[in-house]
This record gives sequence, C-alpha cells and structure tokens, in this order.
Amino acid sequence: MKTRYWTWLGWPLGAAPLAWLVLEAASGQLGPDPAEVFVERLGWWALVLLLTCLTMRPAAQLLRVPGLVVWRRTFGVWAFGYVSLHFLAWATLLLGWDPNYLGEELGKRPYIIVGLLGWLAMWPLAATSTRKARRRMGARWAKLHRLVFPAVILGVVHQSWVQKSGYGETLIFALVLAMLLIYRGLKDHRLSNK
Amino acid sequence: DQVAKAKEVKSGADESLTPYQDVTGYNNFYEFGTGKTDPADNAHTLQTDPWTVTVAGEVEKPGDYPLETLLEGLTLEERIYRLRCVEAWSMVIPWIGVPLAAILKKVQPTSKAKYVAFTSLADPEQMPGVKSPFTGIDWPYREGLRLDEAMHPLTLMAVGLYGRTLPNQNGAPFRLVVPWKYGFKSIKSIVRIELTESEPATTWNMLAPGEYGFYANVNPEVDHPRWSQSRERRLPNSFFDPNWVPTRMFNGYEQVASLYKGMDLKRNY
Repeated sequence: MKTRYWTWLGWPLGAAPLAWLVLEAASGQLGPDPAEVFVERLGWWALVLLLTCLTMRPAAQLLRVPGLVVWRRTFGVWAFGYVSLHFLAWATLLLGWDPNYLGEELGKRPYIIVGLLGWLAMWPLAATSTRKARRRMGARWAKLHRLVFPAVILGVVHQSWVQKSGYGETLIFALVLAMLLIYRGLKDHRLSNK
Repeated sequence: DQVAKAKEVKSGADESLTPYQDVTGYNNFYEFGTGKTDPADNAHTLQTDPWTVTVAGEVEKPGDYPLETLLEGLTLEERIYRLRCVEAWSMVIPWIGVPLAAILKKVQPTSKAKYVAFTSLADPEQMPGVKSPFTGIDWPYREGLRLDEAMHPLTLMAVGLYGRTLPNQNGAPFRLVVPWKYGFKSIKSIVRIELTESEPATTWNMLAPGEYGFYANVNPEVDHPRWSQSRERRLPNSFFDPNWVPTRMFNGYEQVASLYKGMDLKRNY
C-alpha cells in the first residue's frame, strides 16, 4: 500500500482532544466536579475515535481516498489509549483505587462490567497493532481484529447505560455503528458471492 | 429590597457554602438542555416577570395568582440547605424563600387534600430542551409531595439565593426546595400547584419507576440500581480529590423521620 505524505496527521489529530482536555483540567475549566467531567469526556472521545477508526475504510472506498485506510490503525490505537485513560482516571481520581469501592462498582454495576469487557476486548488488538504483527499473523490478524465489533458495541451499550436520560448522543452513536455494520455486512456478502 | 432583607431571618446548615458561580453554573434543568452548563448558557430566554401560578384542585381558594400575590405579607427567610443530587454529588446553598406551608395556608386545602402536585413551565419558545425529542421526558416536568411533607417547616418555596433574586437557571422565579429528598424532587419554575386526593404522577418516576420513586428521600442504605448512594461528592471538589463525604439519612435532616414512621423505606424509595 502506498502511503501519502499527510497520513501521519492522524496521530496529532487523535492527540488533540487529550491535549485540550488536559489543558482545560490544568486551568480549572472543567467546572466544580472536574474529575468526573474528565473521566466522562475521555470515555466519550474513546467512543468517537473508535467509531472514526471504523469509518476509515468505508470512507476511503466511498471517497476514493485510499490513504485514509492508514488512519484506521492510528485512530484505533488512540481509541485504546483513551479507553485505558478513561479506566485509569476513573479508578484513580474518582475511586482512589479503594478496594472496597472498586470491588463494589465492578461487582454490582452492570454498565461498568460492560465497559470493562469492551476495554479488555481491545487489548489483543492494541497488542497486534504493529505492521510486523500484522505481517506475521497473516489471515489470522483479520480474524482477530473482528473483535473490534464486540468492543464498540459494548462501548455504545456502556455509554447509553451511564446516562440518566437524554438519549440523543447514544442514538447518534448507535446509528453510526449500525451504518458501519450494514456496510461491512454488504461488503462481506459481496465478497463471498464472488 | 425584600430579598436582601431575608438575610436577617437566617437558619440552616453550618457548612461551607458552595460558591455562587458553581451553584449557578452547574445545574440539572433539562428544559434548557441535559448538559450541566446548558441551563446557565440557555436560560436567559426565560421570561419570569410577570409570573402567574395556577392554584387548583382541593383548595378553598383556587385561581390564577400573580406570584406577588402568593408571597404578599410573608417574610422571606434565608435557609442554608444541603442539596443532594441523585447522581451522588451535593452542594450547600443559601436559599431565600418562604415555607410552602405559609402559601398553602393562604389557599386553604380542603379536608380531601392529601397530596400537592407541582408543574413546571414547559414552553418550547423559551426552553430549548423542551423541543428536543431525545430526553425521553414527557413535558411538562411534574413533581409531588404528600401534604404532611409539603406542610413540614423545612419545605421551602425559593425565590432567591445568595441574597439575590433566583437566577433563571436555578428555577426562577419560584421553585420548590425539599432538602431531605434528592434534588429532582425540588421542581423549578413552577406554574401550577394542585392539591389532590391521590398520589400525583411525577416525572422521573414515570420515566424510570425502578430507579426513581415517589418519595426519593435521601437514603445511603438504598442504592440507585446503577450506582451507590452511600456517599457523595461535595462540590466544588478538585481534580485530584473528589471530596467524598458520607451520605446521611434524610440528607442529615433527621427531624423529618417521623413523617415516615412505619414505612418500609426500601420499598418506598
């Protein structure tokens, strides 16, 4: 695959929200409950980046900009980074790694378990995200990386479940996800009929 | 004016106050959007003067009352109350208002009155959140109290805070404050008060009856199905310290316990 000179831009693009968020936190712009807002926004960006990652191949095909495919990996790795920070910030800033509260949250709150499972599903993907791993694994790589679909579905379920009400954002996330899944399904179908 | 003088009649919690900018900049008031800063950003469109409150149902003196008429002759008081949100954060707020009991005495509930039902303004022209199809809320916002809860001396109708007229985002010009219940009970921008014989429908209970009960008393023993209610983040907190404090039964207002004598508070959450 020929890479374009602009494809490296994906990395700073993925870093920008984090930089912005850290700046806001450092300058006291996150309001009277800053850690809670910080944790929420990291999770929001993780989901947005994961959906963006999945949009890259359809976008490359539909817009005929093949170079966009490179951003799948960039945004995928960033999404994993944001989810990891989301979890770490939650456990550190909000719960202070208190084993009682951690145990209670992980044991009793289904939406936390769902989110955790989504994050765990992303570990093998992050671990095999290098070009070398991809080459080495061949066809098994593509198979393994289908794990991204359960991960993102769990992510959207987690996001919808955290809310008190107000399902506008969830609806948008779910719509985007549904379109991606349909697109993917049609592609697979066409390939298998060839 | 009257609001400023209210400071002379002062009572309540002896805890450090949540700063004005946080009390007025971090709100749940879904009529203006579901984000915490949406009300402060959007509520300037609310017209609070003149304001009419319809009093209806089981009262001797029903009618459409200008707000000034309802408040006429009553002394405004400052009450410093803890506000415990069902989302597990809390604030300490110096409200200004009058006991609801004083207003109810004016309109004279009949012997049939058992509950008080409140309704908020729901005007899509003034309230962008009411136009949004995604909140899942069946507008207008509705809340209710049992008559004895409504008559309790702690129950306040607020018209101000921090020595000033109530800002729009805090439920201007006339809102309920029930300090021993989760914040969503304290309905904002009230346009209708109806005395009823049977328990009125209430907004969050209609939306998710398994999560929000009619009583909604602050209770550290009864968790929200999705999160713990045993402690709360007292705001403002800081980035590295969420400032958890233990949640107290009835939000620390133990004097209301007698209202619920013999009731199973796990079932009547």
